[in-house]
Amino acid sequence: MTWTDEEIRDDGFDDWLDAVAADEGYHLECPDGHASLPPRLVCPDCGATDLSEAPLADAGEVVTHTTVHVGTGAFDDQTPYVVAIAEFDGVRITGLVRGVDPDDVDVGAPVEVTVGENPATGDRVVVHRAR
Amino acid sequence: MSRVRVAGVGLTEFGRAPERTGRELFAEASARALDDAGVDREAVSALHYGNFMGALGERQGHQAPLMAEAAGLRCPATRYELACASAGAAVRGAVQSVRGGEADVVVAGGMERMTNRTIEETTEALAIAADELFEVRAGVTFPGAYALMARSYFERFGGGPADLAHVAVKNHANAVPNEYAQYREEIAVDDALDAPTIADPLGLYDSCPVTDGASAVVLVSESYAEENDVDASVAVVGSGQGGDRLALQDRASPARTPATDDAAAEAFADAGCSREDVCAVEVHDCFTIAEVCALEGLGFYDPGEGIGAARRGETTADGGLPVNLSGGLKAKGHPVGATGGSQVAEMTRLLRGDHPNSDAVDGTVGLTHNAGGTVASAVVHLLEVVE
Repeated sequence: MTWTDEEIRDDGFDDWLDAVAADEGYHLECPDGHASLPPRLVCPDCGATDLSEAPLADAGEVVTHTTVHVGTGAFDDQTPYVVAIAEFDGVRITGLVRGVDPDDVDVGAPVEVTVGENPATGDRVVVHRAR
Repeated sequence: MSRVRVAGVGLTEFGRAPERTGRELFAEASARALDDAGVDREAVSALHYGNFMGALGERQGHQAPLMAEAAGLRCPATRYELACASAGAAVRGAVQSVRGGEADVVVAGGMERMTNRTIEETTEALAIAADELFEVRAGVTFPGAYALMARSYFERFGGGPADLAHVAVKNHANAVPNEYAQYREEIAVDDALDAPTIADPLGLYDSCPVTDGASAVVLVSESYAEENDVDASVAVVGSGQGGDRLALQDRASPARTPATDDAAAEAFADAGCSREDVCAVEVHDCFTIAEVCALEGLGFYDPGEGIGAARRGETTADGGLPVNLSGGLKAKGHPVGATGGSQVAEMTRLLRGDHPNSDAVDGTVGLTHNAGGTVASAVVHLLEVVE
């Protein structure tokens, strides 16, 4: 059986990717200032339900990273590749790191978040680019 | 509240058995547990069963009644799914049901069949324990996720691959005499350091293997044990569970696992004992760094201090606090949905004195720690010899 759910958009998440791709990235914020990523109806920190969109910081910083040598599924044939968690003013986002040699990725390195393509599948993927 | 005794434990040999069906694996483990307990099947009033990836690996949903049938049990059965902490959660559910007076005799455990699929398929199946939208689609594998934790730990606290190699060496050494263990050969620090990188800074020997296997324990109320002359010298005296945000990116620090802190706090308060009482620990070392994070989360080490524990010989079999005398997930093997039950089974054997490594146990209280995902779930149990 071939699963076809790739064809269906994920409300909130794909809208967020659209925004990041258009350089209009945002995160969600509750009245107490807790930041999170969509789709959400409730702030995961405090349960507030009136969430608004706030612009994502232009520049982020690598919090931690790894070079993956054994991939899985859609990333089987792309090893080695770099994955990092980067922080954008209180919001942390996981993404591939492109545009820099894997050996040159360091904790604290400046990045910006973009949307790229997984060449094997054509799927969209979050990409951190070195600034 | 009724006290809970471990009346019997059963395991399959852990390892590669790609052709053995899940139902056969669980039938074997449960038969051994019931035989060890000396309890009639008719007395069992519920099965609490853990399994993670069987819907993918064997295309089998609704596994709990199937496994009750395989075990020869005619009783209600429920599957618990908490990624790699599935069987820990199943044991906890079973403990709660006996304590609450709902049941006098229950079976808990779990099963995972993993090597019937290619390593790529199994790796992909395991990855679904991570956040599909924000982690898996960004290329996060499980080794990759723990590598992100290890890098974060090294950056914050220091330590490095050589410290982790000592964890692997220790757990392999512990597995040598264990008849149920997947890898029963010692390794050297250099073997670990020279192994291929999976996701840097983690190499092949930092990772547990892919394993087929099942575990089962028979839990009875203290009153049932007394009335029926059941030999059950070990009690489950404490149980705790913690939860956290699913994705690593949403935790305050990738180097800490607060779900473990919470589970341990609850379990120790429940048991009314302290960390000084504990003489042996089985922790969830799916990767070597996970053992370090677990020992710190459990409160045996301060943050940043756990990394050197194995290297200093404190957690080896002859150390002050032996950790993973079974060989751990690292060397005993990790059939994910069975592991939490296996830890309780091994700790029971260690405390009873019928485990090949029982000589290393100097005391009466043991702790088991089972974690799911990157520790968005943690389950801790305290076991004690009570007679």
